[in-house]
Amino acid sequence: MTTASRGDVVAIACAEVFRGDGAILASPMAPMPALGAKLARAVFEPKLLMTDGVASLLNVHGQVEGQMRYSRVFDVVWGGRRHVMMGASQIDREGNQNISCIGPHDKPKVQLLGVRGAPGNTIHHTTSYYVGKHSKRVFVDAVDMVSGVGPCRGGLELRAIVTNLCVLDFTGPDQGASLQSLHPWATLEEVQAATGFPIYVPPSIAVSRGPTELEQRWLDHLDPERRVRATVEG
Amino acid sequence: MTLTPADFDLTVDIDHVMSRLRSGMTLGIGGWGSRRKPMALVHAIAESDLTDLTIVSFGGPDVGILCALGKVKKLVFGFVSLDLIPLEPHFRKARQSGTLAEVMELDEGMVVQGLRAAAWGLPFLPTRAGLGSGVMTTNPELKTTRCPYTDTELVAMPALSLDVALVHLNRCDRHGNGQSLGPDPYFDDLFCAAARETYVSTESLELDPDAPTSTHLVDRSTVTGVVHLPGGAGFTQCLPDYDRDMDQLKAYNATAKKGGLNVFLANHRCGRPA
Repeated sequence: MTTASRGDVVAIACAEVFRGDGAILASPMAPMPALGAKLARAVFEPKLLMTDGVASLLNVHGQVEGQMRYSRVFDVVWGGRRHVMMGASQIDREGNQNISCIGPHDKPKVQLLGVRGAPGNTIHHTTSYYVGKHSKRVFVDAVDMVSGVGPCRGGLELRAIVTNLCVLDFTGPDQGASLQSLHPWATLEEVQAATGFPIYVPPSIAVSRGPTELEQRWLDHLDPERRVRATVEG
Repeated sequence: MTLTPADFDLTVDIDHVMSRLRSGMTLGIGGWGSRRKPMALVHAIAESDLTDLTIVSFGGPDVGILCALGKVKKLVFGFVSLDLIPLEPHFRKARQSGTLAEVMELDEGMVVQGLRAAAWGLPFLPTRAGLGSGVMTTNPELKTTRCPYTDTELVAMPALSLDVALVHLNRCDRHGNGQSLGPDPYFDDLFCAAARETYVSTESLELDPDAPTSTHLVDRSTVTGVVHLPGGAGFTQCLPDYDRDMDQLKAYNATAKKGGLNVFLANHRCGRPA
């Protein structure tokens, strides 16, 4: 797998988070998670439901197979039949996420989007995160405003956090962060230096895999100019 | 002799809508982000003397404009975004400068539950959304309740009762029957049902007879007045009639840094008749 580009490996890591999900709504919130979810559906998770980003469900051929207006999205969220892969301005040692604001809530230093659906998503259904640039700015000791609720606060399932360096989950001691796999180009020291809290490192460290031959063909089909994969530097 | 049934007509003009609004009211604004916002009505509020408003909105430039012009005392929101430009510049400015001090930041689903409770005349509706999050700590007035059957802890989302709802629809006839012809109706029907009075601005007073009945979003039992305002969603998206005006959206976005929101509003009618 030495021929796989960084973008290929990260796309596969995003695809892997959806493995085993079956017929639920996959909601990837950025181009890289979307590439991963589409690859997962094309290769190993054919029952996943995905929208066109507006209000229609599209099948694997791009044909409309159903309707998913916002009111239905909430029905699906509250019914637990969804796996969202959100972004994060901050993620902390408990796996809480923040997309609301940086600084005090009554007068933020930086106002972001607002909590959006993050509290409801995380408490009702499986959540993963994609962080394009793994850094201490994102991975902090405690988030400023808990938007996505981590496992300690009742979050249902934080399956994985895919970054440009590694894949983390929260299966470590005391529901803490744990290194699921390290991307081939990253070092453990690099990950630790870019994370503002300790990460449990299992005795044997897994290396994130590259695509199979079939997956590589799908990646090149779904991202023909490599625009999405090129967002991972190197 | 022909028999003519009794008839009625809910059409009004913008001035009439404005005459029904008072400072201090709670207004619900339909649409979502930069999609199908009643911008002509928002523009009229921007130019009015109204102040101290409480705004409930899936926020876009409606919220940004009203915040920038100091109309808002309290904002109830899950997000404020221009969609294709993710962050709303005037909302950010108001928050970061402290001029918008009072906010009720909620999970989007909690906003839905609050509107639904108001529409159904319930004091609250239970939800899991919000539990464990900063929503509960930044809104100390929010309380949880225990299920009487299972003892499960749930958020008791209070009704978000509106004095007036303002929405923009593709079609709405003189009787107040409103059609949404775009891909997503958002929660405009819920805003209408949660309000004491509702004003619908519309692209056309003629219903589309060929569209399926599922496009009939707003029923007239929840409509007080209808304003015929073609282009009334301004530079926001109003499919299938028109898409977002990206140039205008960018120009609006730039006014937060460069100043000139008032000039922008004066030059850009936001769909209002000149």
